Amino acid sequence: MKPGKKLLVLLLIVIGLALLFLLWGLNEKNWDYNLPRRIIKLAAISLTGSAIAFSTVMFQTVVGNRILTPGVMGLDSLYLFIQTLVVFLLGANTLALMSKTTDYLLSVGIMTGFSLLLYRFMFNRERTRLFEVILIGMVFGILFNSLATFMEVLIDPNEFSVVQGRFFASFNNVNTKLLGISAVLAFGAGAAGLTRLKKLDVMSLGREIAINLGIDYDREARNCMILISILIAVSTALVGPISFLGLLVANLARQLFQTYRHDLLIPGAVLLSLIALIGGQFLVERVYSFSTPISVLVNFVGGIYFLFLLVKEGRL
Amino acid sequence: MIRTKNVGKHYGEKAALADISIEIPKHTLTTFIGANGAGKSTLLSIVSRLMKGEGEVLLEDKPLSAYKNRELAKKLSILRQTNHISVRLTVRELIGFGRYPHSRSRLNKQDEQIIQAAIHRMALEPLANSFIDQLSGGELQRALIAMVIAQDTEYILFDEPLNNLDMKHAVEIMRLFRKLVDEEGKTIVLVLHDLNFASGYSDHIVSLKNGRFLRQGTAQEIITPDSLREVYDMDIDIREIDGTRFCVYFK
Repeated sequence: MKPGKKLLVLLLIVIGLALLFLLWGLNEKNWDYNLPRRIIKLAAISLTGSAIAFSTVMFQTVVGNRILTPGVMGLDSLYLFIQTLVVFLLGANTLALMSKTTDYLLSVGIMTGFSLLLYRFMFNRERTRLFEVILIGMVFGILFNSLATFMEVLIDPNEFSVVQGRFFASFNNVNTKLLGISAVLAFGAGAAGLTRLKKLDVMSLGREIAINLGIDYDREARNCMILISILIAVSTALVGPISFLGLLVANLARQLFQTYRHDLLIPGAVLLSLIALIGGQFLVERVYSFSTPISVLVNFVGGIYFLFLLVKEGRL
Repeated sequence: MIRTKNVGKHYGEKAALADISIEIPKHTLTTFIGANGAGKSTLLSIVSRLMKGEGEVLLEDKPLSAYKNRELAKKLSILRQTNHISVRLTVRELIGFGRYPHSRSRLNKQDEQIIQAAIHRMALEPLANSFIDQLSGGELQRALIAMVIAQDTEYILFDEPLNNLDMKHAVEIMRLFRKLVDEEGKTIVLVLHDLNFASGYSDHIVSLKNGRFLRQGTAQEIITPDSLREVYDMDIDIREIDGTRFCVYFK
């Protein structure tokens, strides 16, 4: 099958699933109530799914490794840390009372700021060592996780249950206002990413060959990392940590398209991500009647696929 | 012409390269020789802007830093010795990337011809549609050289291009380099470990030791027992066969 046709098939599946998700079980009585809510949910799913898929493919190209996701940079843990810290210092009431927009902007701001600081510090060096940046990100991730756990054992169990609600990604109570802000940020970063697709093709050949072919590699790598941070921060703050999904769809796209071309890989990964999320959310709502958060499903399937990749490739 | 002015590279206190001021004449095949750690690869990396160093590199009397990335990529190309490419890509697609500085990724008819010619020159026709992760080390090396040839720059720099190659392909590639210089007026700079290839094919040899410049000159001037003892700290027996000097260093 030609790559264009594959994309078309994926697109049709996405449209089919989206219609199923929107229209299943609707009748004249609940139409007015359900439809707008489902549309908002679908928009949140599409936004998050696209952001995660896009940023993961870009991240894997820049670091030259297909088993890493931007999640290793510790942004997920930072998000949990921020949420726990607010409860720890100010109490669960504050988190509940604090306007969602404030909490959201605070989280996005801190996560992006943290990444920028990390890159500024690392890329300022004479020679860029991408793996050092990643390792430091991982160490910070562990630090944030441990600090969060430490605070969790100290707070009141009722407050802990509030924090715990934030630990799993969920599309069930997405705020419309936040959706608007997220869309603006994600579309901005996405558009900047789309202008770089050809450069990403060249960068996937490695630093030295890319420089030889006239790419300002270090600058491009830094710019990509900034875009990646924005995309991850936006989607995590909107629905919660779900970056593991990226690993799944980025690799499925690579396997399906067997190509280096990012103008196929990225749309492919985005569509696969939408299939996984819309399909997953459909299952969560209609089959498990909301008893399982979608991130549990994603992590379960993603984890199995990750093991499969490890065994198949035999190396990291 | 490429000129370096007091080029150096320090890691902390340690100088990997110090005070190198050399000239690489146009339309010649120049070879850097030296023992391990002599700074050959470092020098080549600095000359090709892969690495930042002290001092200044002038390409046709204009500092490297004054060139735009894309302009430089049309004028000077570099191939290093370690290349891990983990993406799914055919040999033809890899060679096509050589045209990126000229046409971005919109390849026109002329680009296709140049790519085809590069495949032909490296005798890669049977492999043109294979994926590069199925190639042996030597085949990948030849595909990468073909990519650089398709890039069609005036100046071409290779760091140990004969790595992984058997005798037949090594000789073919050295002949091709010679032809590129003699017939197409390219300027080629090599780092080589095999002194006999250096002696037999170079117009100009630069010898380095412990990050410092030793000598430069023609093969006749550099391939002498005295000059080579300086470079390698060993006695090398030199025989002349049909006007070319050969080094015997196996015994």
